[in-house]
Amino acid sequence: MSAVPIEMADRRKLIQWLLGISVATVAWFIAYSQLSDFAEWLVGLLGLSRQTHFGEAMHFFLYDTPKVLLLLTGIVFVMGIIQTFFAPERTRALLSGKREGVGNVLAASLGIVTPFCSCSAVPLFIGFLSAGVPLGVTLSFLISAPMVNEVALVLLFGMFGWQVAALYLGMGLLIAIVAGLVIGKLKMERFLEDWVQKILAGQTAHPVDEKFSWLQRFQAGRNHVREIVGKVWPYILLGIALGAGIHGFVPEDFMASFMGRDVWWAVPAAVVLGVPMYTNAAGIIPIVEALLGKGAALGTVLAFMMAVIALSAPEMIILRKALKPTLIATFAGVVAVGIMLVGYVFNWLL
Amino acid sequence: MKSIKVLGTGCANCRNTIALVEAVAREKGVAISLEKIEDLPAIMAYGVMSTPGVVIDGTVVHAGGVPTRSKVEGWL
Repeated sequence: MSAVPIEMADRRKLIQWLLGISVATVAWFIAYSQLSDFAEWLVGLLGLSRQTHFGEAMHFFLYDTPKVLLLLTGIVFVMGIIQTFFAPERTRALLSGKREGVGNVLAASLGIVTPFCSCSAVPLFIGFLSAGVPLGVTLSFLISAPMVNEVALVLLFGMFGWQVAALYLGMGLLIAIVAGLVIGKLKMERFLEDWVQKILAGQTAHPVDEKFSWLQRFQAGRNHVREIVGKVWPYILLGIALGAGIHGFVPEDFMASFMGRDVWWAVPAAVVLGVPMYTNAAGIIPIVEALLGKGAALGTVLAFMMAVIALSAPEMIILRKALKPTLIATFAGVVAVGIMLVGYVFNWLL
Repeated sequence: MKSIKVLGTGCANCRNTIALVEAVAREKGVAISLEKIEDLPAIMAYGVMSTPGVVIDGTVVHAGGVPTRSKVEGWL
């Protein structure tokens, strides 16, 4: 008997959610369309002129901050809902028994939507292998998951438009697919640590199956916003503030001499610089936007960003628990080459 | 007494899960023995892929992220 009132309460909550989402969506679009006027108005209110360095920097800051936060909140909420459809167990089931090729493409795509925190990388890796997912396919998943980053995607879309965002998405997927294929062809299974091989020979894992109601999916979306936006907003503000400073005060074409598209060694240098760093895309991209305005080439800057995210030293140290140095080196080498190619392609295209 | 094990390599989510289980157990006055499993081969032996995972009396009841409060209350 007690099940009925609970169901009623859930139903009412679901209706509240649907109403809330409708109102929020309308408010979101209205706010997004007014961003430029809003920044203009605020700058005027502060008694600043856009003719001055400081006024121009303030305008950059006041325009970009609400724009980025609006985009981020919207996309992260939707991603939170999408992720409830792709538990790691489900992804593994989708991938097991897939041939290489098809499997790599599927794995790279699932890497974008499957939720997991970076400290789960090794358990996930082994869980996939033990279910019969080939090594190369598993690596396609593990490369695309951090590299095609939703926060980076949102920021690129907001600041450079959908073409650049789509190119980043496509190139990230391509690197993940090709790198996985290459490592699969090299037959490197013997470079897994011994304890991993022992587990592979033993049992397979039993899945924890969870069913979501729509109410829970919406709540997952909200939690995702709290978690991601709650964590990255200081970096974004800091990034935008730095970007605003560069935008307002650094002379035009200042960056062209060492980050421009004609500097052939800029792309590999950016990748090498990026590896020991470990920050998130949120802080870097607003700076990227400002750097580009001063003559830096997009491919160079993106290569730097991808190296920071996908090839970071801490990530390698985590993976070292399961992979022998030869395999780690191959993994890093293949991904680094891929990122450099992307850098050159972007510089050449744009 | 329930034996509860939290599986995780030591990230923030794992620590939050332990704190949540402890808090709920204290509130409800349920006696538990709480253990933290950080050893990767041991975690894998439970077949958990995404941490934190929770094991109660030998059965995996949760994996992948901090469980909700109501879920923890349901276990105890």
